Amino acid sequence: MGNIDNIISVKKLSHEFGTLSVLKNLNLEVEEGEFITIFGPNGAGKTTLMKIMSTLLTPTYGTVRINGFDTKKEPADVRTQIGVISHDTYMYQELTAHENLEFYGKMYGLTGNNLQLRISDIIKQVGLKYRANDRVGTFSRGMRQRISIARSVIHDPKILFLDEPYTGLDTHAAITFERVLHGLKSDTTKIMISHDLERGLKMADRVMILAKGKFLYSKHTDEIEDLDAFKRSYEELVGEL
Amino acid sequence: MQSFLIIAAKDLKQEFRTKQMLNSMVFFALLVVIIFSFSFKDIIYNTEKVTQLAPGMLWITFTFAGMLGISRSFASEMEDGCLDALRLLPIDRSSIYVGKFIANCIIMFIVEIVSIPAFIILFDYPLSGANIAGLAIVAVLGTIGFISVGTLLSALTVNAKTREILLPVIIFPVILPMLADAVAVTGLILSGASVFEAAAVAKIRLIFMYDIVYFVAASLLFEYAIEG
Repeated sequence: MGNIDNIISVKKLSHEFGTLSVLKNLNLEVEEGEFITIFGPNGAGKTTLMKIMSTLLTPTYGTVRINGFDTKKEPADVRTQIGVISHDTYMYQELTAHENLEFYGKMYGLTGNNLQLRISDIIKQVGLKYRANDRVGTFSRGMRQRISIARSVIHDPKILFLDEPYTGLDTHAAITFERVLHGLKSDTTKIMISHDLERGLKMADRVMILAKGKFLYSKHTDEIEDLDAFKRSYEELVGEL
Repeated sequence: MQSFLIIAAKDLKQEFRTKQMLNSMVFFALLVVIIFSFSFKDIIYNTEKVTQLAPGMLWITFTFAGMLGISRSFASEMEDGCLDALRLLPIDRSSIYVGKFIANCIIMFIVEIVSIPAFIILFDYPLSGANIAGLAIVAVLGTIGFISVGTLLSALTVNAKTREILLPVIIFPVILPMLADAVAVTGLILSGASVFEAAAVAKIRLIFMYDIVYFVAASLLFEYAIEG
């Protein structure tokens, strides 16, 4: 383990797909408990950055440390520290919500009563106790995304990565999703990728704009006047909305 | 519980609930045996001739039915990004391979348990207890080799649009040496030879070695097969 002052430390990170340079010398420091939203146009490198931070991709250059663990050298240790919510829910359609959570819980080493209590607790938190024994394939998109939150936090991770979690959610489902997300432990660090400027801004402590593989903007939300001001900054930097 | 056992249990629970693979594999295997029984109806009561044809018929049935299952082995992991979820777990990647391997083997054994009696009944084939035990040993060993390679190649081709076509094309050249020995030793056993006879032991030993090589190599290579 290295320096753990910041829970996430990205240093001189670059990533290339063949000759295409997707991320260019990125640096990022995230404090414990911070909620950061990263915005950016399509092809900016947001998902690549998320994949590297969550160990799904190995960076071409640079280092990423998650709670002191190097994603290249200690990926298994990193994986115990993180939870990932994506637009894919990572749920098995033919298994019930309870069976899905039981499977993931066991894979994180939870057993017996501890596992059952944890499942019962988080399934209640996401408001799906009444559907616990129904197959996930019968759930609506919003319900699947809520059960996906339960899956991602079953091992009580220190960091939660959210990759476009609002994709496919209607307004009501998105509000419910936000409520559930807010109900999580406040010291969980959250990094979210989103296209939704309003929601992303409202949820975050800090917002960043990534375009053409570089961070062009980083500000704490209390320094931003309002949504319109942020939209103007976004348009100036990215040139589209 | 070991993570590979948890994965195997999850796969089997999904499969026994939907029976997507199992139904089609069992149905296909029975169909193949029935078609063979019609094609060779003139020799059904000629045990000697059936013995000559049976090893090939049985292994064609097993491997072709197995192809149906293996090509679907990673399909459930592709729905809703579940393969990424497995890759995000703090476990050795080879555990995913071993879990899938165990689940696939169990499903194949079920297919074999159904198709061997079907063959015995339709061909009115006399098999002693010792023959059945010998056949079971060869079927288990041959299946292990087939599934070892098949599970790896299924992961490798899971993103290919033409995986149903691609998989048989790449799997059979790899397993051919093992399959040839499995067919040969099945022939010996059906001819009444004991599994402890020198000729059978030599072949079984070879199949066993193939199994070890395939399994070890596949579990080591699996990590690269599922890299994004």
